[in-house]
Amino acid sequence: MTEMLKVVDLHACAGEKEILKGVNLTVNEGETCVLFGPNGSGKSTLMSTIMGYSSIQVTQGQILFKGQDITEMTVDQRAKLGIGMMMQRPPNIFGVKLGDLIRASSPNSEAVLSSAPEFKMQDFLDREVNVGFSGGEIKRSELLQLTAQKPEFILLDEPESGVDLENIDLIGRKVHDLLYDGNCPGRQRHVSSLVITHTGQIMDYIGADRGYVMRNGRIFCSGRPSDLLKEIRENGYGECDSCQQIISL
Amino acid sequence: MPADNQSVKEALGKKGAYGADLDLDRYDEGTKAPEQIDDLQSSGYKDYLEKVGVVADEMNRSGTLMFIDNGMSHCHASQQEGLEMMSTQEALRKYDWVKDYMWKAMDPAKDKYTAKSYLEDADGYFIRVKSGYHVKDPVQTCMMIKTDKTIQNVHNIVIVEDNASLEMITGCSTSHHANDALHIGVSEIYVGDNSNLSFSMIHSWGKQTGVRPRTATVVGKNSNYTNNYVILNPVGSLQSFPSATLAEGATAMYNTMCIAHEGSDIDTGGLVYLNGVGSSAQILSRSISMGGHMCARGRLVGNAPGAKAHLECRSIIMKDGGSTNAVPELEAHVADVEMTHEAAVGKIAQDQIEYLMSRGLTEDEAVSMIVRGFLSGSINGLPPALQSELDAAIEAANLGD
Repeated sequence: MTEMLKVVDLHACAGEKEILKGVNLTVNEGETCVLFGPNGSGKSTLMSTIMGYSSIQVTQGQILFKGQDITEMTVDQRAKLGIGMMMQRPPNIFGVKLGDLIRASSPNSEAVLSSAPEFKMQDFLDREVNVGFSGGEIKRSELLQLTAQKPEFILLDEPESGVDLENIDLIGRKVHDLLYDGNCPGRQRHVSSLVITHTGQIMDYIGADRGYVMRNGRIFCSGRPSDLLKEIRENGYGECDSCQQIISL
Repeated sequence: MPADNQSVKEALGKKGAYGADLDLDRYDEGTKAPEQIDDLQSSGYKDYLEKVGVVADEMNRSGTLMFIDNGMSHCHASQQEGLEMMSTQEALRKYDWVKDYMWKAMDPAKDKYTAKSYLEDADGYFIRVKSGYHVKDPVQTCMMIKTDKTIQNVHNIVIVEDNASLEMITGCSTSHHANDALHIGVSEIYVGDNSNLSFSMIHSWGKQTGVRPRTATVVGKNSNYTNNYVILNPVGSLQSFPSATLAEGATAMYNTMCIAHEGSDIDTGGLVYLNGVGSSAQILSRSISMGGHMCARGRLVGNAPGAKAHLECRSIIMKDGGSTNAVPELEAHVADVEMTHEAAVGKIAQDQIEYLMSRGLTEDEAVSMIVRGFLSGSINGLPPALQSELDAAIEAANLGD
């Protein structure tokens, strides 16, 4: 299979503190990988580093996207190559209306805007991005923006967190649509994703292919996502401490 | 009316309370007999007019009045009943009572600029809406300085009588060869009871122009006054602190949108006296320093029970070398008032820029989008012509640098 994303021995700091301590991870074309790990293990930092946010400084290692080294690229260069991210807690963008951002980020924005009711976002297009949005509204807004952007590789940071039961189905379906790009699930898909989840609820919608467990800034093991989730639910992450199967190059 | 001529004469040496002290003797007097223009659209001023929100074809306008230097060069009113437009001097000749509105809201001895206007019987525009009339389309005025090294010295009177309404767009500009000039504009505005006035002032001056508007508004019972002020292009030294005095149940809104370019010194804001029971006010300022000095002032004075007011000054510094001050002041003289303020200065947060970049916008595009939104947020329903001016000013400023 073609490698879409390859992270090699990635070390990164937030300020003085090293958060990523040698991450190795691969996501193939069309593959959905799930990233498990306790709070503070570095999952969100890994996603921010892949997206290129300047709050994180890479000190060692490489990020390859479709074979191209993107480690030094700016955020927008990465976005233009086809990487998109759904943030867990995106910033408030005062003065910028959601509809205007969608218009600026998509050549096909009118179709996306007209689909806003499917995301229950039709009343939010004239509102400032994320300002005063509830947890569920933020997720739906992020998904509408990603639908406009149409990335080939999607980073989803806890897509189900803070979402009520009524909305979880909508969000699950829209994430599914993004990954399958409107195609029948029976066909080969080429959109890839890396998904952080604690509850595994989102896995009911997206058919995860592979799971990784992150501990203390490193990927400890990989396996079938449902098996990993079952183990974590039953025994927490204690088994990882005794296993110590760090994924290496 | 002023105490006596002597005190005003003495005020000729009185510095303004804020802003740099400009030397009036550096400038010649602007002509009181400028060219007369019938058709603004075919005149050489069309581009200047449209840059400050004045529509040259006068479509959807109830009237247009233009001053070049110190004389009126164009005055055209539609057949709008209840609306009168003429020069201030003409109004003084026509109506005895107009003199009662002269120097009633504004103290001529306030500073050297008002004193000069008073002592020289400055002309200006006179706009009146008679009681009971609601003027449908906006009235537009333009103050143009054409001659370099001169003073434009004008005195405007706006009267919206009881149960009436008016929207005014007033644009001020300099022609490209009148860069080093001085504008003194005294405006006394009277809003009667149960009336509405929206007064939008858009400035586009030269890089060395000195600007000293002096505006005072008296707002009657249960009336609403909105004052929008926009300056997006470079200016030399601009200082203005317009005030409003509110009667019972009256409201005032001051919305300011400024860009202080390198070399520009802007000091502006709003002052509201809440003198009437249950009066209310909001002062909102959004400004950006792009290497220039920006001072956003706001002052609310609560003098009557039930007064409610809020003041918000926000500034972004885009480039080193400039400075920005936010000076919010609240003053209360009775117990039953509710007045709040917030002020913030700083740069645009990097996480906001990168969030937009993660959607594929370049850094320049992301910063422009945030700045445009930040400034536009100060004024609801920005006219389309002004929106395109705002876009052009932001583009010209190379924000991503």
